[in-house]
Order: sequence, then structure tokens, then C-alpha cells
Amino acid sequence: MSDYSVHLLEVVRRLLRALDPVLLLVLLTLMGYALVIMGSASPERLDSQLLHGAIALVTMWVVAAIPPQRLLGMALPLYLLGTVLLVGVDLFGEVSKGARRWLDIGVTRIQPSELMKIAMPMMLAWFFQQREGRIGLREFIVAGLMLVVPVGLILVQPDLGTSVLVAAAGFYVIFFAGLSWKLIVPVALVGIVGIGSIVAFGDTICQPDVDWKVMREYQKHRVCTLLDPTQDPLGKGFHIIQSTIAIGSGGITGKGWQNGTQTHLSFLPERHTDFIFAVLSEEFGLVGTLVLLATYLLLLVRGFHIALVAPTLGTRLLAGAITMIFFTYAFVNMGMVSGILPVVGVPLPFISYGGTALVTLCLGVGILMSIQRSRISKQT
Amino acid sequence: MAEFRTPDQDSARFRRRVAVAALFVLVCFGLLASRFYYLQVKRHDYYLTRAEDNRIALLPTVPKRGTIVDRNGVVLARNYAAYTLEITPSRVGDLEATIDGLSEIIPIEPRDRRRFRKILEESRNFDSVPIRTRLSDEEVARFVAQRYRFPGVEVQARLFRDYPLGATASHIIGYIGRMNQRDVDRIEERGDTANYRGSEYIGKAGLEQSYEAELHGQTGFEQVEVNAGGRAVRALARSPAVPGSDLELTLDIELQKVAEAAFGKRRGALVAIEPETGGVLALVSTPTFDPNLFVEGISTQDWKELNDSPDHPLLNRAIFSAYPPGSTFKPFMALAGLTTGKRTLGYAMADPGYFNFGGHRFMDDRVGGHGMVDIHKSIVVSCNTFYYQLANDLGIDAIAGFMGPLGFGARTGIDLPGEAEGVLPSPEWKRKRFRKAELQRWYGGETISVGIGQGYNAYTPVQLANALAAVVNDGKLFRPHLVRNVLDAHGVKRPVAPEPLRTISLNPAHVAAVRSAMVDVNKSGTGARAFRGAPYEVGGKTGTAQVFSLKGGKYVEGRVSERLRDHSWFIAYAPADKPKIALAVLVENGGFGAQSAAPIARRVIDYHLLKSRADQPADEDADAVESDE
Repeated sequence: MSDYSVHLLEVVRRLLRALDPVLLLVLLTLMGYALVIMGSASPERLDSQLLHGAIALVTMWVVAAIPPQRLLGMALPLYLLGTVLLVGVDLFGEVSKGARRWLDIGVTRIQPSELMKIAMPMMLAWFFQQREGRIGLREFIVAGLMLVVPVGLILVQPDLGTSVLVAAAGFYVIFFAGLSWKLIVPVALVGIVGIGSIVAFGDTICQPDVDWKVMREYQKHRVCTLLDPTQDPLGKGFHIIQSTIAIGSGGITGKGWQNGTQTHLSFLPERHTDFIFAVLSEEFGLVGTLVLLATYLLLLVRGFHIALVAPTLGTRLLAGAITMIFFTYAFVNMGMVSGILPVVGVPLPFISYGGTALVTLCLGVGILMSIQRSRISKQT
Repeated sequence: MAEFRTPDQDSARFRRRVAVAALFVLVCFGLLASRFYYLQVKRHDYYLTRAEDNRIALLPTVPKRGTIVDRNGVVLARNYAAYTLEITPSRVGDLEATIDGLSEIIPIEPRDRRRFRKILEESRNFDSVPIRTRLSDEEVARFVAQRYRFPGVEVQARLFRDYPLGATASHIIGYIGRMNQRDVDRIEERGDTANYRGSEYIGKAGLEQSYEAELHGQTGFEQVEVNAGGRAVRALARSPAVPGSDLELTLDIELQKVAEAAFGKRRGALVAIEPETGGVLALVSTPTFDPNLFVEGISTQDWKELNDSPDHPLLNRAIFSAYPPGSTFKPFMALAGLTTGKRTLGYAMADPGYFNFGGHRFMDDRVGGHGMVDIHKSIVVSCNTFYYQLANDLGIDAIAGFMGPLGFGARTGIDLPGEAEGVLPSPEWKRKRFRKAELQRWYGGETISVGIGQGYNAYTPVQLANALAAVVNDGKLFRPHLVRNVLDAHGVKRPVAPEPLRTISLNPAHVAAVRSAMVDVNKSGTGARAFRGAPYEVGGKTGTAQVFSLKGGKYVEGRVSERLRDHSWFIAYAPADKPKIALAVLVENGGFGAQSAAPIARRVIDYHLLKSRADQPADEDADAVESDE
């Protein structure tokens, strides 16, 4: 063997070692499931879904091969870049569907808020690692500010779904860093009381002439629709009603692949993106949904495991936060499609059509793999 | 919080936090799982039903309406396919702009717009509503070329009802029209709503109304799968529509035409019945109207013209207008006298020209009277005095008791909607009719008037014709009917059997005496001029119904305005020995029966027996004015 081929073999071995078999298995299961469902929901998108998957897997692989400390070292520039781009979006962004989300950088259009989903937890994890051993109230206040600024920039676009996800990603890092329960509990209480009162007074505050001030009209509309879907049976409420019908009519074993009437007769809205879960539920029934739920649970268990055995504070926090981000995606999406959470525009992780979200998610998986590998290499 | 911790403490805290997070995850996933269980297991049936409701639509297929033909197969009502231009409002943004745009390609009259508005109000937003009907091929081509400009506008091939003979026999055939809310309610009451899904028209008058159930047919259904846009994707099952049954009438449309032509511009009615079956050969009410005007919704102007006309063309006089029968009542009175034994064939009385009753003198037409009068002569010369006396001898109860079974004062049950009862006067009728006690009382003098067919007597032409048909048919009274056969879609012919209502027991000798007198009416009596030279024997009786009573003075025709002239009656049957036709003719304000009504009867009988026709109005017989009625 020549030196060159020995060298190449070494690279391949390192790359293969970078992959965590459990995560890879879970990921391939989910992506395979996604292709099956897409084959029914929107067969014409299979090719591009495959392409997205390939790009996402390569991204994951590359990231997985980078040591976690190097990744954390990129946190600050990524975060700053992201924030600057968000300001740019708010100032010069392209308006589409009433919201300013895209930035045209000449070559292509990018959505900086998507970058923030990963940059935010990385930044906070990196920050807490820098302050390890000296973490006190001041650190939490600074972390809180680092969280609030980009979330605020996303909220004014306006993009409620992404701002919730970014805020959650940052919050998870702060939570795992050990923010006192004394602060968490009151915030949680305020949240519960707030949501509770909205539900209780939904009839009054949802009158058309009531101005909510803090939320855009369409956001108010989304919350109100959740409270009473029948109010607006042909708008957003129609989506929830139809997706609930799709899920419920699936029964235990479902109507069978490509046999979902709600799906194929166009009663389901956005069946290949945000509402793809309803397609799955209709065609594969309770069995199909529980399989998905179990697969997600396996992903989360593996993620928590990686977090628990991670070598440093920064990697621990990052691994824990990324795991919880996966959970948040899954819970919010399934919750909204089945009618227990408002429609906020969060895709079903690893399943919904869309390259950007898939790449972002696989980037997260790559980070988890990188952290897992760093532990192995440290032990050996 | 503010204290600094060792990495080990941090690590322990982190593990606790992960445990909390994991617990949170489990709770949330548990929540989801229970939600899925609730939706997919507990409420599965409900949501499955909802999904099926979403998916499956029943599209009605409207059956082809049955046709109507006369006894010889001449088509009176039929369907033809034509193109309509239809708009589905829910798929059109600006309706006015769309219609304006369409009117640049295809002529759209203001009346089309008005009708569109009217139909629009009564229909749902996603129904397709016609803006123009009966497009020419050229108009269809013009629209199709520009179709892309008009989403929600389509050309549809539809079946239309057509009455090829126009105004002829319009009161018999009637018409169909668009269903309105009243029709919908009625259908619902009948529990027939399912069969009318998709139907837009319903019989509104005439046979179209009374045979609606037969003509309509059975609506078919196509079960289709629809998508969210309501578009049919594929058919799942279908049950085809069963076309409505065809009606074959007893009516002879040529006879009908002859009869209508004979009336000319005069108002009146004629009913001709085949005595052996009760089948109606002709049923005329003039003036007539064009039923085609009603099919697509009559325009306001046409409606006004028909409805506000003093001639009331929409009124079916033959079955709805009741008139005193005048002297045409006398043959029936004669039979009553003979049957009850109050008169015998040999009985004769001296007629002084008047009849005194309760201090009042009832006058005969001929001053000085007719001399000795028996049953025969009383009919031939139409002697009033004879019948004043007879009525008085019979009494009102016996008169009503004899006339009732002949169908006087009761609906004949003819298969047309809107028949009137008329009035067979009796003390009982008066008690029911009037509220005040003094009006309820029956006076003996009123019986005297009833005896010559005046007073409270009021019968429809169909009653009179039917009673005559019964008398010349050995007392067999039929329910008169217009439909002879109902031919269903499978080709099965269901004959409408003659339906004898009852048989009145009459002594053949009595009937023969009355019939021979009626034949002499047309030979030497009041009908002789009208039937001069007829190559057949015909029985008849003239009659005059008083419209206006000139108290104390003598009725002079020229002195009263046309609308107050007496109504002219004539009843007849022919041939005299074995009648094939019995008829009653009424000409409103026609004066003496012999003057207007008898010549019309002559035309009709000539055609029916000899097929000789004359399609001009029958002349008024001016000389008959001097007749001795």
C-alpha cells in the first residue's frame, strides 16, 4: 500500500469513528420513515427530500468529525454573525407572507433565524464554560441578555415559531447551567397563569376589536383559533379540525399507505411540511404514531446519555440543550397538529419536508456525535 | 445562588437537572400518547364518520320528466336539450363585472339579469345559476372561445320543458316552473325531499301539477369522492335515475283546437266527455295563455298582463267557475219529478204564463203561457211555469236529494288541480253558508227559482257535462279523467281505468222520455237553428244564467253593458241513440244559450262525429235572440 492510500484509510477510519452508531441508527430510521410518508404525502418531492437528506448527513458527518472544543470556539463568531444578520433582516429583509424573514445576500436567500437555533445554545454553553466555577447571578443575567436580544429580533420579524424555538434553546442551556428554581418557578407560574387566563377569558379577548398590543393580529388569531377552532372553520381553525379528523380517522392501524382520504383529497393543509404528522397518523394509525414517539424517545435517551457523560461543562450543557431542542420540535409540532398546542409553524423534526430545518437538525446530531466521540477519545 | 460551586457539585446538579428534563419529556410524551389514544381509539368512530362525510358526496341525477301526448299521440309537453350559460356565484369575484363582461360577447337582456337576481336569491352560493338560457350554437362558440376570461361561468347542456302547441290546451297541460320555498315545504311534508334533490322544476298547474309524482320520475344518485375543493374525483357507486312516466290523455287535441277556435275571442268554457268512460275529450277555458312563459320564470311584465287582465286568462273556468245552470237544469229537474213520482209521463198542466207563490208572481218567458205542457214539451219549449210548479211540488230537499248523486255541487274529482265545488242549494247548505240566523232560513220562494236553474244554483261546466254524461249512460257516473294511460320508463302501460263513482237508478222509460225531448230541442225547439242540417241526431238543452237582475223591468240586451249580459249555456250529447260525446258549453255574457253556446257545441260535435272542421269562431246566431227561452 502506498503512503497515500494508508493516509486515506486513516481519514476514513477517523470519519467512521466519528459516527455514533445509536444516533446514526435512530437518524436513519427517522429519515427512512420520512421518505415512506413523503412517498404518500408528496411523491414528487422524494428526490429533493433525498438530496436534502444527503446534504444533511454530510453536514452531520463533517461536524461530528470536529472536536467539540473547536465547535464551541466557533460559538462567539457564529452568534455575532447571526445577530448582525438578524438586524439586517429586520432592516432590509424580504417580505414574504406578511413577515420579514429572508435576507438576500446576492448568491442566495438565507434565513438567519435558522442559524440562531444552533448558534444560541452554542454561545451560551461556550459562555458558561468560560465562567466555569464562577457562575453566579451576574452570569445568568448576562446569559439572559444574550438570549433576549436575538429572540426579540426574531419576534419582530414576526416569527413566533422560530422565536419560541430559539428562546427554548437558550433557556435549556441556562436551565442545565443551574438557574435557581426560585427563578424558574415564578416564571413558570406566570406562564401557567397567563395561558390559563387566556383560555378562561378567550371569548372576550378574542373579539375582533380587542387589540392585544404585544402580539400581531395573526398571532392573536392563532391563539384564539386554538381556543375555539370552530370560530374560523375555513381558516387556521380548518387546518386543526381537518388534521384532528385525519388523526382520529386513522384509528389503531391506519388506513394504509397512500390510502389516507384526508391527505389525498387535499383536506389536510401543508401535508408535506408542518402537518405531515397527520398524514402519518391517518395512514399508519396509533401504531405508526407510537413508533414515531418511541423513536424520538430513543433519540432523546441517547442525547441525555451523551450529555450525562460529556467531558466538560460546555459540552454537557450543549448536549443537554440540543437534546431538549429535538424534544421541543417534536412536542410542539405533534401537539399543534393534534390540537393541544397553538399553530406556531414548527416542523416535525427529521420528517417534515424542507432542507434548511433538516440541515440544522443534523448539525445538532453532528454536535452530539462530536461530544460523544470526544469522550471516547478522552477515555482511550 | 451566588455561591461558587465545585465542579463535582456542578456535575451532581447537572445530573439532577437532566433527570428533571427527562421527567418533563416523559410527561409531555405521555400527554401526546394519551391524546393520540383519545383521538385514534376512543373517538375513532366519530372522526372516521367526519372523514367519510368530508370525502363522500351524493350527487343527484335528475330524472327526465315524462312527456304528455293526446289520445292520438300528438305531443303536448316534451323536453328538449339546450345550452344555458350558468354562473356559480361562489367562484366569481365580482358578479356585476362578470355579467357585464359576458354581455359583451352574448346578448344579455335586462330581463335575463332580473331573472338571474331572482333565482340567485333563492339559491345557495355554490349552486350554478343560469344567466342566459337557450343559447344558439354561435353564442356557445363565442363564449367557449373566451371562456378563460370567466372563471366560474360555464355552458351547460340542460333539458327544458317545451309546450309545442303553445296556448292550446294550456289549462289542461298546465306548466312547470322553478321550485320555490312553498314547493320545497310541500315536498318536505310529503316526505319526498330526497327524490327532489337536484330538481329545479316542479309542476305548478294543470296535469303537470296533478301528475307531478308520475311525471317527475325517480332521482338517481351518484356517490362520488370529492376533494377539499368539492370537485368530484371518482365515482364510487351510482343508482341511475328512473325517467318520469309519460302520460297519454283521453283528450283529442284536434277536437280541443276546434273547440278553442269556435270560442274566438269570447270568454267561456267547454267540457266534452266520453259518456262510456268518463274520459275528457276536450276541456276548454278561454282565454288561454302560453305555458312556455312560465317555465323559466315568467317576466314581471308578462305576469302583470296575464294576472291583471279583466278576462282572467289564468282562470280555468271549466272546473273552477260555477254559474247558475239556467234552463239546462230542466232535463235534470224533469228526471227528478219522474223518478220521485211527482210527475208521470202522462201528466200535463195548463200554463197561464206565470206561477203565483206567497204573493209573488213568477213569470214565464212567453206572455200568456205555452198552453198545455207535459214533460216533453216543457223541455222542448223550456217552459218555466212547469218547473216552478214542479219545484214547489218536490220541495228543496227532494231536489237536492236527486241532484246530489248526479254530482251537482260537489267536486267531480277530475284529475286537474283547483276544482271548485259549486253550490247545490239546500236548507242545510244555507245553514252552513250563512252566519246570521235570518239569512240561514230557507224560503219557499227560493225553491221556485232553483227549479229553473237560477237562484243559489251554481255549477261548474265539468259538473254539468258529467251529470249529462251519467244520464245518457244509464245513470253511470264516472270520475271524469284526462289521463288514459300512464307509461312508465320500463315501457309498462298502466291504464287509468274508468272509475264509476256510482250508478243512479233511473227508470229507462223516464230517461228515454227526457232524451227524446232533448233531441226535439235541436229539431224544433231552442237549439233547432244551431243544429239545422246536422246529419246526426243530437240531444241538447239551452240555458241562460242571469248575471244581472233588473228588478221589475224586462231584460233587454242592448240596455245592459256587455259584462252584465247573461251567460249562455248549452248542453248536448250525440249521437242521440248511442252517445259518444256529452258536453257542456258556457259563454260568459253570451246572452241566450241558443245564441252563443249552441253554435260552438255544433262545431265540436261535427268534428267529433264527422271530422269536419272549421277553425274559425262559431258565429253568434243573431236570430236566436228571439228564441222563446
